[in-house]
Amino acid sequence: MKKSFPGKDTIMAKVSPTKTPMREQPPQERVRNYDEVPLGYSPQEAIFEAERCLMCKNPRCIEGCPVEIDIPGFIQFITEEKFRDGVRRLKEKNILPAICGRVCPQEEQCEQKCILGVKNEPVAIGRLERFLADWEAGQGEPELPPKPKPTGKKIVIVGAGPAGITAAADLVRLGHKVDMFEALHEPGGVLVYGIPEFRLPKAIVFREINYLKKLGVKLYTDHVIGQIRSIDELLDEYDAVFLGTGAGLPWFLNVPGENLNGIYSANEYLTRANLMKAYLFPKYKTPIVKGKYVATVGGGNVAMDCARTALRLGAEKSIIIYRRSRDEMPARDEEIHHAEEEGVIFKLLSNPAAFHGGNNSWVKEVECVSMKLGEPDDSGRRRPVPIPDANFRMPIDVAVIAIGNSPNPLIPSTTPDIETGRWGNIVTNLETGKTSKPGVFAGGDVATGAATVILAMGAGKIAARGIHEYVMSKK
Amino acid sequence: MQIIDKSEIAPNVYACKVRAEAIAKKVQPGQFIMVIPDQYSERTPITVADWNTSEGTITFIFLDIGSSTNRLAELKPGEEIFSLTGPLGNSFDIKKYGSVGLVGGCYGIGGIYPAARALREKGNRVVCYSEARSKFLLYWNKKLEEVSDEVRYATADGSLGFKGHAYDLLETDLKSGVKYDLVITVGCTFLMYRISKVTEPYQMKTIVSMNPIMIDGTGMCGACRVEVDGATRFACVDGPHFDGHQMNWDLVLARRKAYLDEEIVSGERHDYGKS
Ligand SMILES: Cc1cc2nc3c(=O)[nH]c(=O)nc-3n(C[C@H](O)[C@H](O)[C@H](O)COP(=O)(O)OP(=O)(O)OC[C@H]3O[C@@H](n4cnc5c(N)ncnc54)[C@H](O)[C@@H]3O)c2cc1C
Ligand code: SF4
Repeated sequence: MKKSFPGKDTIMAKVSPTKTPMREQPPQERVRNYDEVPLGYSPQEAIFEAERCLMCKNPRCIEGCPVEIDIPGFIQFITEEKFRDGVRRLKEKNILPAICGRVCPQEEQCEQKCILGVKNEPVAIGRLERFLADWEAGQGEPELPPKPKPTGKKIVIVGAGPAGITAAADLVRLGHKVDMFEALHEPGGVLVYGIPEFRLPKAIVFREINYLKKLGVKLYTDHVIGQIRSIDELLDEYDAVFLGTGAGLPWFLNVPGENLNGIYSANEYLTRANLMKAYLFPKYKTPIVKGKYVATVGGGNVAMDCARTALRLGAEKSIIIYRRSRDEMPARDEEIHHAEEEGVIFKLLSNPAAFHGGNNSWVKEVECVSMKLGEPDDSGRRRPVPIPDANFRMPIDVAVIAIGNSPNPLIPSTTPDIETGRWGNIVTNLETGKTSKPGVFAGGDVATGAATVILAMGAGKIAARGIHEYVMSKK
Repeated sequence: MQIIDKSEIAPNVYACKVRAEAIAKKVQPGQFIMVIPDQYSERTPITVADWNTSEGTITFIFLDIGSSTNRLAELKPGEEIFSLTGPLGNSFDIKKYGSVGLVGGCYGIGGIYPAARALREKGNRVVCYSEARSKFLLYWNKKLEEVSDEVRYATADGSLGFKGHAYDLLETDLKSGVKYDLVITVGCTFLMYRISKVTEPYQMKTIVSMNPIMIDGTGMCGACRVEVDGATRFACVDGPHFDGHQMNWDLVLARRKAYLDEEIVSGERHDYGKS
């Protein structure tokens, strides 16, 4: 159909300037349930949206995607209603399209580079990706690639998050025997313990994990590496080790009163709610304190997830406290937008200075400093500076600290000969994923600090290539 | 993980033996496991009390105090535990100190058992203090005697050994000139707190084995944070063993109350009433 590029103006005249909207659960309804908020495209909507693509000769969007999906390629298949071919094209580069389509920060990646986006809204690449992945899920068993010739090499993956899953999938498809160890009782990493059901249904994650098992990866949950087995012990048994253990150690603000009851790390709050399903209490036995006034500190996706979870748990007021302004918030646009629609209150340019408790050691108030924006800092964002004598207090009964995580120290502390950086991150070679310890590779949040699903997947892919070269050149 | 054996060794106190070859090979005194009895239950941290490497089994002791331990108490030999992860946390530092006093109450009697065994093997003189409200609530007396130079019993009603609490007994001993190069205590928060207070004036190094609320037990959630020497530490990865004299006990006692009203109520039913 649209193989050539028939002159931008004629096309621009035909295409809609805005993305085809995706149906969503209305805000008033969805804050009372845990179901997914955006409902996805129908085939007609997907084709309509796909038709907006200009099929550029030098597609910039591909450069924007950390795993270099052939974006115009799969979109072309959608316009031709060849969904199966579209899925195959996607999965050549990305084995988790249903997840990336939902959680990638497209506005900073593929869609940011889209030529249409210069004057109008870019093609809704993420939504189209999600459409194809969901379409495939509706067709029954996923197609398996042809069985590769066994190489006789054994590789072990530590951590079943996006980085580990991607590395495992690539390596098993190259014919290696792949075993995967996960510390928790469920695989998926942040995808299951962090990102809430209403944003990423867990059934989707488990479907992808099942696919991985069908490819031949052996998964062992409840295995904390560093304790039950050391890295050296793994190296005795396997030809190479990949560490995808994520950034799991929560940061706190280090302000007075932070250890009062009712103050959670985002990880604890979300883990109780998601992994342990506290929102289904008492059927599931893990309790969670359902505050009336819940304050979440931070401005990233994690903070939005906590604030929106609080509403679903029945909070009357869910407040985000963030020290810069809305423009600097690192969360995806869509998440901020959804949080606003649902009634989350944004207390911007404010930073907690202390938490005050009642007589029973429960938090009662948060005291904040008002901030203004000063000169840009290293990250290019304007640095918040406190305004003197402008402290204020707000009544709260739950606070959630969502200001970031650093890598878990367990593996570095039990593996002294692995080099770590300033934040306790494992130092890797960016082209191969190699660490300072021979035979050990790493990628994802454990190497970069908390980042994104797709960057973790990209790192998993790079390491898989590095591992393949390494084990095949080893006698 | 399959349950090999389970019995109620004292009213409401259970010993559970499970097949866990890999853990049995690795576990050290003072480490714990994370248990989820069935898919609806909480992740529950439990100290490993005994193990047998050649048999490939581990044994842990728990009190039936909440809905999840309740579910665990219902499981029968031959049945599977939904999830069991370990070993977790650090072990006690097992080496030659000279003379070591070990104080255990409730699940902690099981908790000090492997420490006593290992410390004695290193050539220490090992004295255990085992406490309960009454004689019939004590357990593992013989086992403990086998691995100690002496076991001193404290019961609130005086039905066995000293009449009173283990911390009273320890205090009496210290006053009469007994010296330990190290004291280790495992049990309910209140017991460990009181033991720390007893040894503090003697500047007798005291290790407490903290048991705060935990979710994952791998350093991810921070629910188990305690304040040691002014700094926030995570019991699951930095501990669970800390210096009892550096612990911010007010905070520990306050945080412990967050969810466990239920546990405290049932704990009071069985032991160590608050004096
Ligand atoms: C609430 C929340 C919302 C987010 N939202 C988004 C979003 O919208 N878009 C986006 O792109 N990114 C988002 N992120 C970030 C993204 O989820 C992470 O960057 C990504 O999951 C990192 O993948 P990973 O594989 O490196 O690590 P993880 O997903 O953290 O997985 C690591 C796994 O390793 C396991 N592990 C750790 N230590 C050990 C050990 N010693 N032995 C065995 N296993 C171990 C862990 O249990 C875990 O399962 C969000 C993060 C959070 C917390
Ligand atoms: S994986 Fe992410 S960045 Fe790549 S095309 Fe899909 S949505 Fe865009």
